Amino acid sequence: MSDHVQHHIAIYKKVAAALAVLTVLTVAVSYLDVSVPVAVIIALIIAGTKGSLVLSFFMHLLEEKKPVPLSRGGIGLIIGSLLVTALFFLVVIFIPIFGHADKVGTYFTLPNSNAPTVETPAAH
Amino acid sequence: MADVTTTEETAEETIDHGHEEHGHHDEGFWRTYVFSLDHKVIGIQYAITGLLFLLFGFTLMMLMRWQIAYPGEPIPLIGQWLGDERAPGGIMLPEFYNQLGAMHGTIMVFLGVVPLAVGGFGNFVLPLQIGAPDMAFPKLNMASYWTFFPGGVIMFASFFVPGGAANSGWTSYAPLSVFATTGQTMWLVGMIFLITSSLLGSVNFIVTTVQLRAPGLSFMRLPFFVWAQLVTAFLLLLAFPPLEAAGVLQLMDRVAGTSFFMPSGLVYADGPWDASGGGSVLLWQHLFWFLAHPEVYVLILPALGIVADIVANNTRKPVWGYRVLVASVIFLGFMSFIVWAHHMFLTGMGTTMSSFFQTTTMIISIPSVVILSALFISLYGGSIRYTTPMLFALAFLPMFGIGGLTGLPLGLSAPDIHLHDTYYVIGHFHYVVAPGTLMALFGGIYYWFPKATGRKMSDMLGKIHFWGSFVAINVVFMPMFIQGLSGMNRRMYDGGAQYVMNQDVLYLNEVIGIGAWTLGFFQLFFIYNFFNSIKNGEKVGDNPWNATTLEWQAPSPPPHGNFATAPVCYRGPYEYSVPGADKDFLMQGEPDQTPAEPARV
Amino acid sequence: MDIPYIVDERPDTGLTNVKLGIWLFLASEVMLFGALFSSYVLLRLIAPDWPVGAEVLNVPMGTFNTAVLIGSSVTMVFAYASLQMDNLAGFKKFMGITIGLSLLFMVVKGFEYNHEFEIGNFPWTNTYLAIYFTMTGLHALHIIGGVVVNAYFLGPGSKLWETNKTQFTNRIEAAGLYWHFVDLVWIFLFPILYLL
Repeated sequence: MSDHVQHHIAIYKKVAAALAVLTVLTVAVSYLDVSVPVAVIIALIIAGTKGSLVLSFFMHLLEEKKPVPLSRGGIGLIIGSLLVTALFFLVVIFIPIFGHADKVGTYFTLPNSNAPTVETPAAH
Repeated sequence: MADVTTTEETAEETIDHGHEEHGHHDEGFWRTYVFSLDHKVIGIQYAITGLLFLLFGFTLMMLMRWQIAYPGEPIPLIGQWLGDERAPGGIMLPEFYNQLGAMHGTIMVFLGVVPLAVGGFGNFVLPLQIGAPDMAFPKLNMASYWTFFPGGVIMFASFFVPGGAANSGWTSYAPLSVFATTGQTMWLVGMIFLITSSLLGSVNFIVTTVQLRAPGLSFMRLPFFVWAQLVTAFLLLLAFPPLEAAGVLQLMDRVAGTSFFMPSGLVYADGPWDASGGGSVLLWQHLFWFLAHPEVYVLILPALGIVADIVANNTRKPVWGYRVLVASVIFLGFMSFIVWAHHMFLTGMGTTMSSFFQTTTMIISIPSVVILSALFISLYGGSIRYTTPMLFALAFLPMFGIGGLTGLPLGLSAPDIHLHDTYYVIGHFHYVVAPGTLMALFGGIYYWFPKATGRKMSDMLGKIHFWGSFVAINVVFMPMFIQGLSGMNRRMYDGGAQYVMNQDVLYLNEVIGIGAWTLGFFQLFFIYNFFNSIKNGEKVGDNPWNATTLEWQAPSPPPHGNFATAPVCYRGPYEYSVPGADKDFLMQGEPDQTPAEPARV
Repeated sequence: MDIPYIVDERPDTGLTNVKLGIWLFLASEVMLFGALFSSYVLLRLIAPDWPVGAEVLNVPMGTFNTAVLIGSSVTMVFAYASLQMDNLAGFKKFMGITIGLSLLFMVVKGFEYNHEFEIGNFPWTNTYLAIYFTMTGLHALHIIGGVVVNAYFLGPGSKLWETNKTQFTNRIEAAGLYWHFVDLVWIFLFPILYLL
């Protein structure tokens, strides 16, 4: 049991080092001169990598037992619940903006003579 | 997977129990009845509180119905006590009407039906039905009730602040809700309490169902009631947080002057709205309906679970299509997360998004129809016993059918253009929740009352309650479809009297009003029956209905810890009329001679 | 009957009650922050112009805080590992450092907020600041909650070690899962608010 834990501690140290490097990378990458969508994608990839390391090793997600073997489609209750959650997470993030993009006319500013003028962005 | 013959040993010997949850006896009044850790006490607390709020919310509606049926007439008896800010001379002010409308919806959904159906029935019945001593986290369970209760108090108290209660609909759309009086802030704070309570409860329900099932009680041997509660708990767990976030955002818009939901250039009654602007009113709608659509499935699923158990018991045969029911309820729960914008067809969404949501909405009607059909088919060939619970369960089926079918034109974006925000919508959703869920919940109360108290409720009073309510409730809600189809809008404080298009259907307002007050009258039979039977009801044994599920093996009422020894499950939940058996039901926990097959997952 | 699977795992699920419970709670938290991320995306897309994060907020402070919080996650997992190796003193040391780092995070956050207020940047100033303060504020509330729980386990809660080591270790595992989640949220929050 002790060796098992010692092995884990060695992994924790490696993950900690990786996270430190990735944090530096996160900031460094922000100085690159790229368009916003590309910057977003790069930032999400790096953050996603850091997050995966925390989930897999600090939160031991990789070790969660699967009562039904993977070969028979079992993914475990925790991982299963998290996958479903991840799907709904993406739904709640993307559907409102799709709804916004696909619309009949503009609605987010009201034309009003007394209001400060705001330029309606063309591409939206 | 332990095989059945050794589970009895493994159940007791090898498990190291934490002794923290072990009950102490003679704990004094507060520990026993108020801050109890026992799921049965907590369940009864939820149920009684829920029933009281249902009564209160219904009273609000009976008041509204007077104003709708007889606009501008002083409210008899009660009108004089309402005070000048609400009803000067007993005549309801529009502002007060709006408060009644918003709070009726909020109270019925969040303080009435869900606490009763999930907090009450779920807490009381679920651990018993899976053979568990209690919920997995009794302290969390108590915390969940005592977070719910202040939320309810805040909601109730909001009527008494200057400006009255929230008045922007139960849907609290921005920007109206951001402009609204103090009551809206209290609504938001109250919702935060209620949502937190719900989250704590849903974690408890899922862990309990997964972890504390008795040996031999595999997932596919669970009573359908438990499946319904499990899916409901997942809906509450994952759908409520976005509303909690949105509630915080709206609170900040109201109190801190932020502009999450306030667009630029907005002008209010007194002039331009003093905030930065740049927000989106639709953001509120998306976040609200992301919860509120799964919420309606939270309202119906426990009822479906109750009806399935009652139908099996009173037809003396298993429900038809158990596996189909389970698959449908899981699929329904999943789909419920991706249909919400059918509440937003008229917000200016383009055809792509409207088509997406219309399609998912049509797809979600399939599992609903499958479940309803399975329950109907379950009646075929049964030896039907017309007990009071069964009357309610039988009535539920066609009522839920009407509710569901009338949802179809609402779920299609084209007819919804005509029907959105009309009385047709009110008729549709009330059919599902009132003649639907509420009748099922009443059936459940009559059904499980003997387990909770050791006495039966009076059958005669129960039948009067049933027939009176059944007729009256249809008188209330059926005319609403007619009104809605002719274009009568909802949320109008004069019952639509000002509009030319409504004149032909205005007379129905009076019909509906009379139906509502009659419905109120018949609830008196239930209230009397409920409280009187606690002391004077006919005493019964542990299993007065000759039912099969595990809760009927425990004493009535069950003691702390529920079962003297851990029950073991040997068969499925609805083994009624098994060929060759010596009686027409085989209890789940009753061993028999033939070796039972080991349970699979 | 006592409630089973508080200490030992249920054979067919492989889980203790508390482990399943905390993961489910974290799933709900994902949805909570998800709604806020969704609000961020929508508000940014409809805005005619959106400030550059690095010009409004202090990136070095934010980076420092990121390192602090990730560090506290590392010490938290070491605290748990200490218990697995039957080392209570090690647990107390690492838990103490975790709490210390958490408080340092809050202090730095306090400086950041104060600076923003001094130059007139309030939540009501524009929607960028509104979502910044709300998201970091809610995250900070989660840190405070975590500190309270961790302090309880460092203090009075650690008495459970004397009577039931496994149950105490399970509780620390749960506390650790919560804490790593709080760190995870910040890992996404920092680049999105400060750097994009």
